[in-house]
Amino acid sequence: MAPATRDYKKLFKNNRFKGIWEGIMNKKLLTEMLDIMLRTRMFEEKVIELEQRKELPGWLHFYIGEEAVATGVVLNLKKDDYITSTHRGHGHLIAKGADMKYMMAELFGKATGYCKGRGGSMHISDASIGILGANGIVGAGIPIATGAGYGCQVLKNKKVVVSFFGDGAADTGGFHESLNLASIWDLPVIYVVENNHYALSFKCEGEGIRHVNVKNIADRAAAYNITGIVADGMDVLDVYQKINEVINDVRDGKGPVLFEAKTYRYKGHHLGDHEGYRTKEEVKKWRKRDPILKLKKKLIDEKILKQSEIDEMTARIGKELDEAVEFAKNSPGPSVENVTEDIYA
Amino acid sequence: MREITYREAIGEAYREEMKRDKNVVTFGEDLAEYGGAFAVTQGLLEEFGHDRVRTTPISEAAIVGTAIGSAMVGLRPIAEIMFDDFIFCAGDQVVNQLAKLRYMSGGQLKIPVVIRMAMGAGLSQAAQHAQCVMGMFMNVPGLKIACPSTPYDIKGIFKSAIRDDSPVMIFEHLTLYDIKGDVPEEEYLVPIGKSDIKKTGNDLTIVAVSEMVQKALAVTEKIEKEKNISIEIVDPISLAPLDMDPIIESVKKTGKVIIAYNGPKTNGAGAEISARINEQALEYLDSPIYRVAEKDCPIPFAPILEKAVTPQEEDIIEAIENIL
Repeated sequence: MAPATRDYKKLFKNNRFKGIWEGIMNKKLLTEMLDIMLRTRMFEEKVIELEQRKELPGWLHFYIGEEAVATGVVLNLKKDDYITSTHRGHGHLIAKGADMKYMMAELFGKATGYCKGRGGSMHISDASIGILGANGIVGAGIPIATGAGYGCQVLKNKKVVVSFFGDGAADTGGFHESLNLASIWDLPVIYVVENNHYALSFKCEGEGIRHVNVKNIADRAAAYNITGIVADGMDVLDVYQKINEVINDVRDGKGPVLFEAKTYRYKGHHLGDHEGYRTKEEVKKWRKRDPILKLKKKLIDEKILKQSEIDEMTARIGKELDEAVEFAKNSPGPSVENVTEDIYA
Repeated sequence: MREITYREAIGEAYREEMKRDKNVVTFGEDLAEYGGAFAVTQGLLEEFGHDRVRTTPISEAAIVGTAIGSAMVGLRPIAEIMFDDFIFCAGDQVVNQLAKLRYMSGGQLKIPVVIRMAMGAGLSQAAQHAQCVMGMFMNVPGLKIACPSTPYDIKGIFKSAIRDDSPVMIFEHLTLYDIKGDVPEEEYLVPIGKSDIKKTGNDLTIVAVSEMVQKALAVTEKIEKEKNISIEIVDPISLAPLDMDPIIESVKKTGKVIIAYNGPKTNGAGAEISARINEQALEYLDSPIYRVAEKDCPIPFAPILEKAVTPQEEDIIEAIENIL
């Protein structure tokens, strides 16, 4: 959509939709938000535990701290809308409805994993719920999501595609080619930049050595004459509301949107990252704005949920997680005889 | 039987498949309104409309990525990359995505993409517009590769490629676009992964791909009478999957093999075929396997230099004389 049609900055600033939001922000939705964020956080913490005990092969990239982005975006999507995910994608997959059992089994490299043990953490797909793959190549999902958008346009199925990627990916050639193509063809794609301010070790915006020259990556939308939106990626309600505002227009073919969520990952890029590029104080500062604590506080203060209900939710998720690990550990390993299966269709 | 050109054969295949299945779409640079840089897609836009026939910006990575994503959600896209030299602008999308996503997803993702490319030297296009890179992609598991040499083959295999649920790369040597050949009116398919005997013979096997098939046929006409021998020409048509059976059968019969292919000699199609003949029919060989291909040199501009670097009929004749 051309930016001229709606001045989202002004609308959100004046909180003009406060009344409407109160209606949408009902107990069911807020509870679901907490459930997904807790589920993601606890899944990642369990996986860190397993990785530190050297029970998992390969490399893992944790979504801890960024939960509000996947949750706020995906709760606006229908089950058959599509997403493309990244190497840091467990949050996207869980929000879209992936089963923790089959995710865990995939991380263990078992035959019962989503990808039969052939993909691992960075490549999990679940075609049945619209997950068009997590991707190990930074930015590679962006052209693919663009294609999915073109497909939906031709098939006239009114679906939306969300492409998740990081601030680093917004520098790749594919990002620029894709936004240009989506803008000339009015494709139903929301490009979600999860700006956690570091491309591995390279600081994103600001003074001195940085990898972008703009204040907001969403400012790049102007280069393609599409709408760009900045959201507080540590606030699931802000993310949710802003996507909610634009998604119907995207679905109706009014053009793509570049949506930037400013967020933060508490852990390093991967386990073993020395994190020399940032200070412990900086991490502490962002942790104070933790999205899960923020939502919990709102739910308790506004008497939407009781502490006991939250504890119950936590315990239930913990149990599900333990069962997922059990399932993964007890699953058979993939058969070596079949290793060359599914290369071709 | 009627004769049509290689270019017309592609056009017919396009039309038949796009009429048959409304999910078949195509896009590429200058493809729609302009009719394609090699005039292959002329008239398709008028016939099938803007949804299904589109011109893209100069964005190869997005072109291939768009093919992948739209295939995943139900279309059967044919992406045209103007010259195979440009496929490297989409390198990641082809090698890391198109070839691997199905496997990495444990078979969940179906990616029925066809990538069509013009390729090859002969018109002094120089090094960046004259390559034949099929050999490089043989080294990437997950891709199907075809380089048909006749109007009959291109029509049939293009149709097969569109119906194939795996990714297929089709390489069209640009000197073939105007050649004529017999093509039936009735519908037919040429299967991917099946080699074809273009000419039977008993004394010598020439395995030839793409444009070298035409050169081999021309040479054979001259040489057979002169040397009183009969030459068998085997055209793999597909380089992946590669059907070695007719090649091995031929080697068992003749004991002498020349492999003629486009692209630099090192690690090209002929290198792999040669290795497999070694593995499967060593005891039948009367002499080493000869390869006729481009020199390992970027294609130069001046016509005399271009000719010197690329395989010519004389090079096939020289190989024949050496092997006999």
